[in-house]
Amino acid sequence: MIISKKDIPGFLDKLISEYQVFAPVQEGSYTLFKSITSGTDAVLTADNTKLPAKEIFFPQSEKLFNYNVTETGAKLETDIDDRKKVIFGVRPCDARSLVLLDNVFNNDKFQDPYYLTRRANTIMVGIGCNTPASTCFCTSVKGGPFDTTGLDLLLIDTGDAFVVEVVSDKGKALAKQAGFAAASDNDKSAAAKAKEAAKVTCQVNIDGLKDKLDINFYAPIWDKIHEKCLGCGACTYLCPTCHCFDIVDDAVDCNGCRVRNWDSCAFPIFTLHGSGHNPRTSNKERYRNRIMHKFKYFVDNFGEIACVGCGRCIKNCPVNMDIRVVLDDVRGSEARLDS
Amino acid sequence: MKNPYLPLPMKLVKNFTETEDKLIHTFTLQYLSEEDEKSFPYMPGQFAELCVFGKGEAPFGIASSPSEPGFLKFSVAKVGVVSTALHLMEEGTMIGVRGPLGNYYPVEEFKGKNVVIIGGGFAFTTLRSLATYMLEPERRGDYGNITVIYGARNPGLLLYKEELAAWEQNPNINLITTIDSAVDGWNGRVGFIPAVTEEVAPSSENTYAIVCGPPVMIKFTMPVLEKLGFPAERIIMSLENRMKCGIGMCGRCNVGGKYVCKDGPVFTRAQLNELPAEY
Repeated sequence: MIISKKDIPGFLDKLISEYQVFAPVQEGSYTLFKSITSGTDAVLTADNTKLPAKEIFFPQSEKLFNYNVTETGAKLETDIDDRKKVIFGVRPCDARSLVLLDNVFNNDKFQDPYYLTRRANTIMVGIGCNTPASTCFCTSVKGGPFDTTGLDLLLIDTGDAFVVEVVSDKGKALAKQAGFAAASDNDKSAAAKAKEAAKVTCQVNIDGLKDKLDINFYAPIWDKIHEKCLGCGACTYLCPTCHCFDIVDDAVDCNGCRVRNWDSCAFPIFTLHGSGHNPRTSNKERYRNRIMHKFKYFVDNFGEIACVGCGRCIKNCPVNMDIRVVLDDVRGSEARLDS
Repeated sequence: MKNPYLPLPMKLVKNFTETEDKLIHTFTLQYLSEEDEKSFPYMPGQFAELCVFGKGEAPFGIASSPSEPGFLKFSVAKVGVVSTALHLMEEGTMIGVRGPLGNYYPVEEFKGKNVVIIGGGFAFTTLRSLATYMLEPERRGDYGNITVIYGARNPGLLLYKEELAAWEQNPNINLITTIDSAVDGWNGRVGFIPAVTEEVAPSSENTYAIVCGPPVMIKFTMPVLEKLGFPAERIIMSLENRMKCGIGMCGRCNVGGKYVCKDGPVFTRAQLNELPAEY
């Protein structure tokens, strides 16, 4: 199937009448996913959005429930967002990150209704990456510029049009509803060519990385590797697979709400005990935890690396920490088992 | 889908000053209905998030035992925002309880075995729950000898003094209490937990050791237990880390790849030996 680029705004307008539609929208010098009210608001030519699509499912700040407490009881009110949504223009790395996050919010013991309800009610329409950025390394972490993991439809840019690839039943239904035209053989070969031509130039060798992390918790490399890091937490806020949060009350006396906000493992207070003891005392322990979490603990727990290679942490780090270099250094480092 | 973030409202019926220094209070909470009580089936060693509406939530081990119906008990040290607010709460007010959370002491494994419970300071809360649970008349026969070694800096800092007095008289349990330095009127032992343990602990044969206390106590008690021949698989510990969600999602209480809230707080020494010491 195929849709001409000039038909995209009309297609989105139709979706808007039935769904809450999110698409990349220009915000100054970058783009962000926003709920759009007009199909023309969507910007489909830019690089990946500054913030990942994760925010739509797991907002930076989110009310969990309202409460009203009296002498005889407490009235709790939740408002779980079950609106039907379409995310349009999500990149394969961000779509994949949500599949990884599903493991966390639907774990072996507990389900997070806020995240999971949004996930269940959302159709993901992705756009493949014809020109991956220099910071992209998705192919090193099991992704790819046209990877369909987590997508329902994948659009492939062939110049004046997008060739539509159906990935899931949800996507099939949406495509049917939209009434896309059939793609000609020419269109199909143009799509295949675009896929062929898209090159992720940066490769990070992660062979043996997990084996190394299994044994090098106490290795000297951690004394050095964090030195440049300011502990600002920017990487964690921009990361599509970071999921740490804090829970706070916003209330006057007994009327108010409980809110969860993104938090970061880069901050000392994140693990600080009431007693003053802190299991991750310095930047060294915190930085090590970030790397270990993504490349060892997540693999141990869910069989996947918690990094999709989007490169946001590389692009936005104020001191140019580059996770690709860090991984390379760790992989090549000397292992030491003793404490 | 059950919403794991919603607390169960409970009524604070007793705010009791537990220790002489007044820093630890024991809170007794009553369920508002039988249904509420049924919705909270717990085991010794589990914890819950207590919430003071308007202030926030914090995790605390459950000090009551499932064998004590109708209420929940928590002993809380005054250290932070939530615990301070708790200490100031008037009896009769509503408190939120979210749980039960975490795993529990492997009481099934303890069956047919001797058990030695070693506690220090105010870390005695879930150990009290465990001892009370095993002492239930219909359950007591399941276990061999039960020894409790419990120490505090001074007699005034021991928790649950009335219960300790009753245990002293109870032939079903062997209680040894100790304080750090001698004071007038004290009839128990004087000395630190590790030394007392070395002296009075039962044979490690067919015995589980459950240890909970401040880090320094743990540090010096472990070698003693090893010396006594307790294998790492039969040394049970309960960890504490800063927590928020209690359900393995918010990311802060991990020790290696394990979340203390979801995969713990109860671990064997053998399990902890496999993890980095980030606790």
